[in-house]
Order: sequence, then structure tokens, then C-alpha cells
Amino acid sequence: MIALTIQAVGLSGIAAVLLIVIFVGREALPILRGDGEAGFDTLFLPQPLRPGKPPGFMWQPVGEVPKLSMIPLLLGTLKVTLVAMVVAVPVALAAALFTSEFAPRRLRELLKPVIELLASIPSVVLGFFALMTLAGWAQSTFGLPSRLSALVAGLAMAIAIVPVVFTVAEDALTAVPRSYREASLALGATPWETAWRVVLPAAAPGVFAACVLGFGRAIGETMIVLMASGNAAIVSLSLSDSTRTMSATIAAEMGEVVFGGTHWSVLFFIGLQLFALTLALNWVAGAFVRRTLRRLGGTA
Amino acid sequence: MASNLHMKRATGSRMKRLPLVLALSFLAPLAAAAGPLTVKGSDTMVVLTQRWAEEYRKTHPEAKVQVTGGGSGTGLSALINGTTEIALSSRPLKEAEREQLRARHGSTGYQLAVAKDGVTFYVNEKNPLSALTLDQLKRIYVGEVTNWKEVGGPDAPIVLYSRENSSGTYVFVKDQLLGGEDFAAAAQTLPGTAAVVNAVAKERHGIGYGGLGYARGVKALELGVGADVLAPTAENVKSGKYPLSRDLFFYLRSEPRGSAQGFIDFCLSEAGQRLVSQVGYSPVK
Repeated sequence: MIALTIQAVGLSGIAAVLLIVIFVGREALPILRGDGEAGFDTLFLPQPLRPGKPPGFMWQPVGEVPKLSMIPLLLGTLKVTLVAMVVAVPVALAAALFTSEFAPRRLRELLKPVIELLASIPSVVLGFFALMTLAGWAQSTFGLPSRLSALVAGLAMAIAIVPVVFTVAEDALTAVPRSYREASLALGATPWETAWRVVLPAAAPGVFAACVLGFGRAIGETMIVLMASGNAAIVSLSLSDSTRTMSATIAAEMGEVVFGGTHWSVLFFIGLQLFALTLALNWVAGAFVRRTLRRLGGTA
Repeated sequence: MASNLHMKRATGSRMKRLPLVLALSFLAPLAAAAGPLTVKGSDTMVVLTQRWAEEYRKTHPEAKVQVTGGGSGTGLSALINGTTEIALSSRPLKEAEREQLRARHGSTGYQLAVAKDGVTFYVNEKNPLSALTLDQLKRIYVGEVTNWKEVGGPDAPIVLYSRENSSGTYVFVKDQLLGGEDFAAAAQTLPGTAAVVNAVAKERHGIGYGGLGYARGVKALELGVGADVLAPTAENVKSGKYPLSRDLFFYLRSEPRGSAQGFIDFCLSEAGQRLVSQVGYSPVK
């Protein structure tokens, strides 16, 4: 009886995921089939913007001729995620390495819960902090032309990701068998060499999984970017420009769209893309972890 | 929130649910009449409507009026979905929305102008400019002019602030000022007029727009029209001289009854319209 219940609960989880994909996919169907007003060409290829101007990529979904290019949104998402990862991963890994390898036990018992507490800050609070404080600081420090930018959003997002990457990476480092460390030290390696050359590579799959988890969180994160990025859909690689991400676009526009219209389908299509992105990422990460494990198993 | 309802309806594969949801959507107006009067929509009108609700409570202590913002589009979506009694809108109903009202509720809606507003452009208090022409503003907002020195200001890039496209003010500026053209891609979109004012107050080279009653801590630009320079004041809006004037509306699904009727009567009364002037807008009468 209990086994049956557990089985049912487990299966209902899978069913929920499937139903969500089916539902989102169905609403995005006009885009996928290309029989609506917008197809893959309008979403991904340059479109005429204004008479006398070269075609380009623009996100202006409301107007006589809606412009629904995915390019500025994809670029925005990648830009913010990149900033967040570049800042968060080194910090989180360094913190994890220190906590698991060098910190005295007392300090370690204090550090881990405190950093994990960061994860419990609601993202809306982080967004608010970025909007009110971080934005002004970044503008005066880096001399940015505008307060809100991909950089500010990325920095705020880094705060959200650090605890995620830290926790998983720290667990992976701690899980490396004591014998590895003892063997390394016995061979005359310094504690630092042991941590960097033995423990970290041994924990590589877990550390990589931590980074992927952080990446997934960053791509889907909505509230922080909605508040701190300025939400201007600019096609540029500059980090000091305001930027509009895919998740923030869904959040900002879903309440207004005409039910079942082209704009509606496009928003669902964006959701589908986000889903596909994280799925692909998890798959790559899984493959990497399996490969590393096999390699480690083979040489050990 | 509005989208949640859509989603429930859209899961049509669960056919058993559908009659229930439909039944609930018919019940919603009845339930709303018994509970608090819900008013939702335009961020331009939220402050004004809250003042109305406060004053109305003083003479009708039993009345409960619940006011929330979110933008004109959000309010009108809520009206169509039956989750609000009155929608606040700073733009007229779109044809598509009228169609949906007809399809869901069998009426084309009830429109009531309750105040007049002039869309105001704000700049930072440190900005030396005090007036711009409509043409200059248009060129700034479509992205042809990107430096203040091109319109007689300091040599600094213009930081453009706009509103989310669920905003009635966004649609109004797009139609009336830009002649339907698209906003510059560099225009940052903020949720709500208060956010725009706050951003411009902090951003030395910023420019933003919003309703008349919000210009605090920022400089409201005067508009050059021909030889005239018109300040965004209630008088200029009332006389119709101010070019970017517009009506602010209440929308209902059908003619007001019960608690909605009482509240609307108060808003249009002399006392109610006096509040309109106090908040910074222009009365309709």
C-alpha cells in the first residue's frame, strides 16, 4: 500500500512536468507550425524596422506592425547570465574550497549556514536592493551612462547564485574521501597543493554540477532582472547597456496580451525556449558528469 | 493573475473542469458585489482613486473599496476576466478588448470619463532645459536624438525611460507623440509612473513621462507648441491647450449598480472632482 502511494506520488510528479510541457507547447503551436502571423523567420531573422532603415532585430510587440525578434531577448539573457556566472562561480568555488579544506571546524560550522542563508533572500528583495543601491553605486564607480544595465542585473543575480553554487560544490568537496588527502599530504604536497590539485579535480563532477545548477537558476531568474536591468531590448554586446531578458519579458507582458493572439503565442514560445535551454544544459552536464566519473573510475 | 485565469480556461483538455470554471466566471460579479468593490488598472490613476476611496469611506464607513494598479491593460484584462468590478484606464478600450467583453459578458462595456490628465515629460532637476518642442520629444523617443546637446542641453547621452507596454500611457505616447512609430530600443521600460519619476530623480541625464500628478522631485518639462510654451498644469489641460491631454476612464462591464454606483457618483460629485484638482489632475466638469 505504502509502496503504491509512493509510486503514485512519483508518477504524478512526472505527469505534472509532462502536462506543463504539453500545455506550454500547445499555446506556442502557431509559432512552431508557422501558420500564425509570426514564424521562425520573423523571430530570428532581421526584419524591416522603419522605412529607409536597414532591417534589424527589434522587440516591440505592441503596435501596428509588431516586431517580435527573439535576438535582443536571447542576447539579454545570455549577457546577464554571463556576468552573473563570471562573478559568482569564482567566488562560490573559492568559498567552498576554503570552507571544506582550510577553515577550522568552528568557522566552517558558522560559514556554511550563513552563506546558505543568502539563498533564502527572496529575489524580489535582491532586485529591490539592486534597483535602489547597487545601481547608483555601479554608475558612480564604473562611470556607466545609465543606472540600470546588464552589469547591475548580473551582479545582483550573482548574489542569488553564489549560495546555490557554493552549497553543492562544498558538499562535493567534502565528499572526497579522506584517503585522497592523506595520500597527497604523505607524498609531501602542501595543503594548498592538495586542495587545488587533488581534492578539486576529484570533486570535478559535483563542482561542475554546481555550476550548471547556478546557470539554470540564472537563466530562469525573473524578478531580479525585471527590476534591475532596465528592460530595454537593445541588440548590443556592451554590458553597460540596459538589457531585456526572456524571463522578464514573459513576466512583464503576460498580464496584458490578448488571449490566444500572436503576442500570446510568442510569449509561450519564449517559455518553451527557456525550458529547452535548461533541459539541454542539464543533459550536457549529465553527460559530462558521467564521463568524468568513468575516467576517474578507470584511473583510480 | 489575469493570465492564471486564461491558463485555467486554456486547459480545455480537462473538459470536466470547463463548466465549473464557466459557472464560476458568471458568479464572480455577484460575489464581487457582496464583498469589497474592486478597482484595478492604470498606474496613472491609482493615487487619485485611492484618495477618492479614502474620502468616500469617511461618508460611507460601510463601503469597502479595494484599489490596485498594474497598468491600464492589466485592469482591462481583469475586467474582461471578471476579477475586477471597475477598471481604471488612461486609454480608450481597444477593439479587441471590446470584442472579448462582448464574447464573455455580452456587453460592450460602460465607459465613464472621470478626470483629465496631460502626459508630462520629466527631466532631472539638474537638467538646465525647461522646455522642448513636440518634435524634439518625438525625435528623442524614436532614438534619432541621443545627446542632450542636439536639443540645446549639455553634452551628455540621453537616458530614455519608458513604460511597459501594458501601460495606457505607453500606448498614448506611442500614438499621439510618435505617430505610431516604435520607441527607440534603448528606452528602458519601468513598471509604473512612480518608478519612472524615481529613476529620473536619480538619473542626471534621464527623461521619462507620466501623468500630471506625479512630478515630485523632478522637473516637468514645458511643451513648445508653435510660438507658445505650455506648462503641464491643470488649467492648461482643462482649457485643452496642452497638446498631450487625455481623458482618464472608469470601465465597467455594464451600467453601474449598487456599491459601484455610489462610489462613481461620489467621484463625479463636486467633492470628488475637487480631489482631482488636489492630486494634480484636471476635473472633467
